[in-house]
Amino acid sequence: MSFKWAKPYEPKQPLMRWLDERLPLPRLVYGAIGGGYPVPRNLNYFWNFGVLAGIFLMIQIVTGIVLAMHFAATTGGAFTSVNQLIMRDVNAGWLLRYAHMNGASFFFIVTYIHIFRGLYYGSYKAPRELVWMLGLVIYLLMMATAFMGYVLPWGQMSYWGAQVITGFFSAFPLIGEPLRVWLLGGYAPDQAALSRFFSLHYLLPFVIAAVVILHIWALHIPGSGNPTGVDVKEERDTLPFHPFYTAKDGWFAAAFLLVYALVTYFAPNYLGHPDNYIPANPLATPAHIVPEWYFWPFYAILRSFTVDFILPAKLWGVLAMFGSILLLFFLPWLDRSPVRSGSYRPVFKRFFWLLVADVVILGYVGGAPISWWRIALGQAAAAYYFLHFLVILPLVSAFETPLPLPSSISESVLHGEAEEAAPLGQKKPRRGATATAG
Amino acid sequence: MATKAQSAEVSATTGPGGEGVRRRDFLNVAAVSFAGVGTVAAIAPLLVQMAPSADVLAMATTEVDISKIQPGQGIKTQWRKQPIFVRNLTPKEIQEANAVPLSELRDPQSLADRTKPGKQNWLITLGVCTHLGCVPLGISEGENKGPYGGYFCPCHGSMYDTAARIRQGPAPKNLEVPEYKFTSPTTVQIG
Repeated sequence: MSFKWAKPYEPKQPLMRWLDERLPLPRLVYGAIGGGYPVPRNLNYFWNFGVLAGIFLMIQIVTGIVLAMHFAATTGGAFTSVNQLIMRDVNAGWLLRYAHMNGASFFFIVTYIHIFRGLYYGSYKAPRELVWMLGLVIYLLMMATAFMGYVLPWGQMSYWGAQVITGFFSAFPLIGEPLRVWLLGGYAPDQAALSRFFSLHYLLPFVIAAVVILHIWALHIPGSGNPTGVDVKEERDTLPFHPFYTAKDGWFAAAFLLVYALVTYFAPNYLGHPDNYIPANPLATPAHIVPEWYFWPFYAILRSFTVDFILPAKLWGVLAMFGSILLLFFLPWLDRSPVRSGSYRPVFKRFFWLLVADVVILGYVGGAPISWWRIALGQAAAAYYFLHFLVILPLVSAFETPLPLPSSISESVLHGEAEEAAPLGQKKPRRGATATAG
Repeated sequence: MATKAQSAEVSATTGPGGEGVRRRDFLNVAAVSFAGVGTVAAIAPLLVQMAPSADVLAMATTEVDISKIQPGQGIKTQWRKQPIFVRNLTPKEIQEANAVPLSELRDPQSLADRTKPGKQNWLITLGVCTHLGCVPLGISEGENKGPYGGYFCPCHGSMYDTAARIRQGPAPKNLEVPEYKFTSPTTVQIG
């Protein structure tokens, strides 16, 4: 698909040749994840997380289909069907439920690492803007799916999560409250809401799978990026996906799944909330209501708006929260630097790690109980988040002098930095010397 | 898949002539076996979750009070969520059943084989047609008992006699007699 030296599919077995002539499915697989997809030879372990995200999507779909066989989507039966039927009666039901519960968390862990990999190495830049944007669509779908799945056990956190999240929509003027009532099919979460959340929770993963196919398709047009951000130029810059990256992805997936198994078996409720083992009570909100950890940074942004300023504070919070993700769709045009990899952008690199710290702080604030200093900290962190993308990134990309790039991937791999060539108009700096503009 | 270079490299460890198991082969087999065992372990829960759970299996016995069933009457009850026919045969029905030569039967069993000694009037069977699982008619008053005076399955026309043995139609077997015992003269425990 991508490079002219990509090996064409040449089936040796008569059966495969017969199939390939009628339905070129083996050809498609060979070109996508087989020997026919050339991949830069210098990928580091951060490039394993896309495959891992795919694995967790499959784990979630498989365990989810199985759980749906035992789940009863009724307000009277949902809690019992999860906590008694599935957790106690169904053979291995406890394992499947814990695998699904923690699978969601690990899906987000690998997705966040995948996203920050993209942010650091400039994976959103031309010609991969659509890859990035399709990834964001997947991320939004994941958040919707995870939220609706969390509602299904119909415990206290489920119920009040549904109440709060659908409450976002009531922030919009005029249409807000009717919209919320329409979404819920009532004035508060009830049978109608539970049934439709179950239906959509079953549907959306397949939509995600479809967008994943588009994401990979769009990626395979220019081919995978790499840690230097330098384009692939010749055959020795690449290795065939199979067996090189299937082997690397395979062993790393096994290693990572060990961590997942460790949490699933030994700390299955560590990432959850005890209150969700209390049946939903529409008359009492739990004292400390927070979403699952993967929503904490956004929850902090939501809570940062405490005073009305032209618009009501509630509306500001909701707009900022949605805006913090929608903003990322414009990233390819906010960061104008022609250098992709953060490794060759000394100023960008520092601000990248500041952003990571900022998101971690937002996450802490979003998950912790409200207090005056946490609100202040959250406000500062939320402001910095927007500052980073809207002001710092454009400025850095305009004024930064990047380090010299290697002339090719194979140069950087085979000869180390000694053979690195200076970019046009620049002297190659000596080790320890700062880069100077030519 | 070892390349030529690799086989030259490891031939030092395999002795002259390259006889025996090469180290690379051993590693391959070990790795694939390990992954295979892991895959089986991962797939097992996905399969066993469909099997009846312990609470379903726990419904394995049912007690039935038969004191109110007059000769010629029958009741329908449940065991493992399946219908059970408990029928108090009249002397005429017993006689009819015993009059049939076993050689004429598709599934040869005498009435004595299908009842408890001294309790030949109590015919207890599953109400599940052995053809494809419908509930035959004939246990309740006024239902079609079929030409043999036993049961008649409306789905595909299987006809059973007064000992609930298949006489005509597509069913291959007599109505199944479950395991049961009389815990008192008027109580039966099924299962």
